[in-house]
Amino acid sequence: MVEKSIKQLAAALTAGEFSAVELASEYLQRAKAHNGVLNAFITIDEDKTLLEARAADALRAAGNAGPLTGIPLAHKDIFCQEGWRTTCGSKMLESFIAPYSAHVVEQCRKAGLVTLGRTNMDEFAMGSSNENSFYGAVKNPWDKLAVPGGSSGGSAAAVAARLAPIATATDTGGSIRQPAAFCGVTGIKPTYGVVSRFGMIAYASSLDQGGPIGKSAEDCALLLNVMAGFDERDATSLQRDKEDYTRDLNQPLKGLKIGLPKEYFAEGLNAEVASAIDAAIAEYKKLGAQVVEISLPNTRVAIPSYYVIAPAEASSNLSRFDGVRYGHRAAEYSGLADMYEKTRAQGFGWEVKRRILTGTYVLSHGYYDAYYLQAQKVRRLLAEDFQRGLAQCDVIAAPVAPTAAWNIGEKNDDPVAMYLEDIYTLGVNLAGLPGLSHPVGFAKNGRPIGMQLIGNYFAEAKLLNAAHQFQQVTDWHTRAPEL
Amino acid sequence: MSLSLDDVRRIARLARVAVTDDEAQATQTQLNRILGLIEEMRAIDTSGIEPMAHAQDVHLRLREDVVTATDRREAFQSVAPEKENGLYLVPKVIE
Repeated sequence: MVEKSIKQLAAALTAGEFSAVELASEYLQRAKAHNGVLNAFITIDEDKTLLEARAADALRAAGNAGPLTGIPLAHKDIFCQEGWRTTCGSKMLESFIAPYSAHVVEQCRKAGLVTLGRTNMDEFAMGSSNENSFYGAVKNPWDKLAVPGGSSGGSAAAVAARLAPIATATDTGGSIRQPAAFCGVTGIKPTYGVVSRFGMIAYASSLDQGGPIGKSAEDCALLLNVMAGFDERDATSLQRDKEDYTRDLNQPLKGLKIGLPKEYFAEGLNAEVASAIDAAIAEYKKLGAQVVEISLPNTRVAIPSYYVIAPAEASSNLSRFDGVRYGHRAAEYSGLADMYEKTRAQGFGWEVKRRILTGTYVLSHGYYDAYYLQAQKVRRLLAEDFQRGLAQCDVIAAPVAPTAAWNIGEKNDDPVAMYLEDIYTLGVNLAGLPGLSHPVGFAKNGRPIGMQLIGNYFAEAKLLNAAHQFQQVTDWHTRAPEL
Repeated sequence: MSLSLDDVRRIARLARVAVTDDEAQATQTQLNRILGLIEEMRAIDTSGIEPMAHAQDVHLRLREDVVTATDRREAFQSVAPEKENGLYLVPKVIE
């Protein structure tokens, strides 16, 4: 049952082979059996899940089922969900029961999807390894000594371990694509503005974007159909016609021009990752694709630009956690300022504090032009690089990360070493482009390797088409770890 | 440039995050490493380049001036650490 695609699960539900309650129960059983080791979920609430599953069955019995009614999914613990504990991986929100739902959660509920639980993540989505969660590190299902990637490590691990058929996630600097790569699953970060940020706890508002993680490109396309759409409550939500992201899945790739940015295949890229990507490109060529070399000359400065813009926006966004309206409040304090300072010192972990402090500094009096404004100018240079590159090709193929998953604890005490791992993913967020990650092989130590496809604005259907065609002739995406 | 211990304490105060002396010292080292990483960007020639705040050139939408939100004060206050009669309680600020 758990190896079925979303389409197969939906067909089985329609045919009455099993009910939404039976399907959810199967996944809950797996989640309960393996979560103790993997720690992919922060919250599992069986009663709530079964309530939703019964409602889905009732909807179907009444003849009102949609294409995904009764399909179980896991939500990243960053999306507010009414009545569910929503922690964002932080002690600050340890006992926060969301009083309203994110747009994405509402859309999923309306489609009849059944919530399996809330997945673990780096605190406030700040991290590339999931070790920054207050609720403990997530283990990579392929190798329990390895990190699952971050920040959506729980969502990626849950899908990889078949504890959920599909999951929601978010990506500010690679947080969908990198954990998808590390866990051998598929994920897509849409064009900025395609998925509403309403109710998605903010990290860096000009970069944050929600998207799906699934076993395959087809599964991701189906969930993206539900997640995407205009929402007037998000000022940056784009007012566009509703798209069917599955519409081009079966288009042949003959003549597809794939651009390889030379800066992404230079020094620093691990040889095993490079050869897995070479092999994948050879498959794409067999499918009729052509390859051209392109250049993204400002790639290196994506890291400093991101690590100015994201902390600056985070320092502003996270000022709302003051112990007054919601979240943790220090038990003892001597006055208002002391209450703020102690509440925030206790409620935030160190990576979050570092980013708040970095952001506070770069925005402080006298430094704004040198840091934030300069970073935004560099951001435009990066976006222009991508436009020049994408004028020469249909999609860009690139590594997701310089290496496969590293060991838990390996880069923990050196934030800068961790930041450097984001080199291939940050540019896409800064430019606001869509990016997809799909599995293309394994390192010798058995850890998965992913490849990134980057398209121009609103090219999600094309990226999903390319990955789907690749997945018709390869089986990396069907491999599952032994638990 | 690099941050002194006093700079770190000042930034922490601005950010309303209490730090102990030990924490300030560890943070100083790490923030200086992060600023070192950022430094590379400052050498890039960006004269004549418009800053890019958002990927899409969005302008703020206007909506009809009608009430759209319902009164959900009770639900929103149910998650407050301390409240009384519909008010949020904070330590006394005026003696």
